[in-house]
Amino acid sequence: MKRYKWQLLLGGVKNVSDLETKIPVSGFRIGDSAPRPDGIPKVKGTFAFSSDLWHEKMLWGGTLRSPYSAARINKLDTTEALLIDGVHAVLTHEDVPGKKVYGLEYADQPVMAADLVRYEGEPVAIVAANHPEVVRRALAAIKVEYEEIVPLTDPELAESTEPIHPDGNVIRKINLLHGDQEVQGDIQVEGIYEVGMQDQAFLGPESGLAVPGEDGGVDLYVSTQWLHADRRQVASCLGLNEEDVRITLAGVGGAFGAREDLSLHVHLCMLAMRTNRPVKIIYSREESFHGHVHRHPAKMWYRHHADMKGNLLRVEARVLLDGGAYASSSAAVVANATCFAAGPYQIPSANIEGIAVRTNNPPCGAMRGFGAVQTCMGHEAQMDKLAAALNIDPVQIRLDNALKTGDKLLTGQVITGTAPVDEVIRTCAEHVSSYRASSDLMSLPGGAGRTTDPKHISRGEAIAVGFKNLMFSEGFDDFSSAVCQLEDGVATITCACAEVGQGFVTLAQQITREVLGVEEVILAPAATETVGSAGSTSASRQTWMSGGAVQKACEEVRVQLLKRLAEEHEIDTENLVLVEGQVLSLTGDFSIELKVATAEPLEARVEYRHAPTFPLDENGQGDAHVSFAFSAHRAVVDVDPELGLVKVVELVTSQDVGRLLNPLQAVGQLEGGAAQGLGLAVMEEVLVTEGNIRNASFTDYLIPTSLDMPPVEIAALIEQSEPGAPFGAKGIGEPPSISSTAAVVAAIRAATDLELARVPVRFTDIVSVEESS
Amino acid sequence: MSNIFYTLNVNGEDHQVADAWAGESLLWVLRERLGFPGAKNACEEGECGSCSVQIGEEVVCSCLVLAGSAIDQEITTIEGLSPEGELGDVQQAFIDAGAVQCGFCTPGLLVTIGHLLEKNENPDDLTVREAISGNLCRCTGYGRILEAVQMAAASRRGEKRE
Repeated sequence: MKRYKWQLLLGGVKNVSDLETKIPVSGFRIGDSAPRPDGIPKVKGTFAFSSDLWHEKMLWGGTLRSPYSAARINKLDTTEALLIDGVHAVLTHEDVPGKKVYGLEYADQPVMAADLVRYEGEPVAIVAANHPEVVRRALAAIKVEYEEIVPLTDPELAESTEPIHPDGNVIRKINLLHGDQEVQGDIQVEGIYEVGMQDQAFLGPESGLAVPGEDGGVDLYVSTQWLHADRRQVASCLGLNEEDVRITLAGVGGAFGAREDLSLHVHLCMLAMRTNRPVKIIYSREESFHGHVHRHPAKMWYRHHADMKGNLLRVEARVLLDGGAYASSSAAVVANATCFAAGPYQIPSANIEGIAVRTNNPPCGAMRGFGAVQTCMGHEAQMDKLAAALNIDPVQIRLDNALKTGDKLLTGQVITGTAPVDEVIRTCAEHVSSYRASSDLMSLPGGAGRTTDPKHISRGEAIAVGFKNLMFSEGFDDFSSAVCQLEDGVATITCACAEVGQGFVTLAQQITREVLGVEEVILAPAATETVGSAGSTSASRQTWMSGGAVQKACEEVRVQLLKRLAEEHEIDTENLVLVEGQVLSLTGDFSIELKVATAEPLEARVEYRHAPTFPLDENGQGDAHVSFAFSAHRAVVDVDPELGLVKVVELVTSQDVGRLLNPLQAVGQLEGGAAQGLGLAVMEEVLVTEGNIRNASFTDYLIPTSLDMPPVEIAALIEQSEPGAPFGAKGIGEPPSISSTAAVVAAIRAATDLELARVPVRFTDIVSVEESS
Repeated sequence: MSNIFYTLNVNGEDHQVADAWAGESLLWVLRERLGFPGAKNACEEGECGSCSVQIGEEVVCSCLVLAGSAIDQEITTIEGLSPEGELGDVQQAFIDAGAVQCGFCTPGLLVTIGHLLEKNENPDDLTVREAISGNLCRCTGYGRILEAVQMAAASRRGEKRE
């Protein structure tokens, strides 16, 4: 067997991916399409994802999960499992050394169930053994006596039902009241909308390796979005000090929100510490569907009031999110759903009730778009209804009501930054597509089935607009940390920002080159030991936050360097610039190689914060957010109304980006986000019956393939420098997933004249199917 | 668990599999016993293509192949595509076109696309889409991947793509 991975671990570099990010890519600065520093190992297959970690002495771990969505555990017997040859440990809730519950915002979720299980798939016991097959046999040998309880599965009943958890069934309720509550519109349109449960469906399954430390601590290598939040929760459950839990980022195979909460972290550490052996766990795809939170299913009621010219006067809404069994980030998701419930429009009066409840359904939490995806589907359907009722062009009614800088949000907050909503809508609507639909039958609805008669196809086109906040809101102390070291002309950046595929590693190098004029930028491993928290890779925040931290650290090193040069050479540093590995005087009378000037190393360690935010008051009012990003999508669909088949043939998008830092990576975010939005519109739903997931596999939970995705044409990337943002750049990850779903479903409505108030649109929503007896 | 011993030919070299359980998939044996972690394990039921390897002339999902059934066959993994350390044209195109994000689907796609371009140096858009439709990617929406294929195909034909 090859042992190279563990040798690298012992070599002080914590995994293969970190080693290979040392490959220098010279010359690329801010605004350039710099290539990813991890691109070469990724195309060679040598990049070490968390599922690739390996240790000669390692054991395999596994998790026994509840088959019921609600049950009492009357008996739990691990005796027989322990007798199986090759089994090293079988642990239950009794073995949790510290706090028995954890949670990202509220600690309400058991590490393993004690007397109650509250969702299907809740962990009950964990096993370590010498082979995954032995793990499976040991899990099957654990005897659990369950007494089933009638599960609470209807979120509408959660408030009025006996609490299923000591913290109650209402996770958070916000009553947002804005402006004059007596306002009535000359015209009012109303609708009820529903969004199904979406899965992040990252490809790299939950996985990691825990190694017991000789000092009583533990080292954990894991794929995650937020190393330091993991450490806080893991240490608490293990009963250890935080410094005794050392977490290093292992290669992450996508995240999209699903890795913000803990999954196998505590289990891995418990097994490693009990067996005194390294332990690895990889979830199967089925287990992954049970092992992470999903996008909240939503039920929404809206009433829009306007004058006869289509000017919005008031929006009333109720947004109900099913949080499932545990809180996760539901409280923050429902705040977003409430604050952004009515879309990027100027609305003087509003009454929005946002509520996230607890049920025995699968827990829900973060997914790309975070509450704004669900409401965008609702508010955009309402805008189309209003336009139709008034016989106004749907694009025009959006332009007439578009938010701009200086306008107030529903929270009363005045937008001080950029808000190019008008430009985003206009460019998207006016874009002339270069796409020409293929005449091949494969390109028709139904694809390879070749079931559609081209003469029956009905084409529809529609536009949708969306927005959300960037970074954390409501007074959260949101910061990132970075260290910059400059020695021999080479910069080393240490930052705990989780690279999950989004390309922060590329930006970190570009920013460093921009500020310090260096060629070679080494990225140290992202780990809890070496640097403070970077915050989460979520909320479109890392370009701004960790980008800002890297910039600040580099700026401080630059200042130190200039001060040193001023002292050593008795020169005025006002005119010095750092460029292409040299320090030059603009007047031409001084120059020194950066390599020489930094033979003695320089270092800066910084924390970076965005402008403070404030909590929402009892009426949901307050300056709760920092900055906002806007996007529009235009979708063209072909529908076979007889068969209920849909093919999305074209997507056009415009997005507000502040300033483009890496055009190629930006395109990748826009295309990939639109694919996830398309998926939610036409195919993706975690089907849940009585709390049980019915389609926990890629056979039954479909995500778009290359044949489902149309070309995504980018009409415009609107560059208006955002005040206060490093380099003026806004985060760009989430907007592509927000307005895309709404645009696709609106286009299907346009093609079919059906109301289609629910996504994903199923074929039975298009074709009425008679129930046969 | 009864244990067996056999030999697999991977990327042109014989590798001994010792003391193994007969029920192991080719994917698992490649990754965990032979030190070829390039093929990935996203679904392990033949839906996602991230475990794609070539056996003889065929691209297969190695998660669905019993390892013992691949004895006496030539197995090529992602690690075999750039044995000398030099990147192949499709690998380079993936980097240049921005086709890599998280990278988990990348090895499987490269095996599939390499196989496609061996047979067809001038595939049209729909042919490429069909060829890679068994390889799921969750990050990119496929746009940059399709671009990478056309870049590599153009360079094989001696053309330069705009």
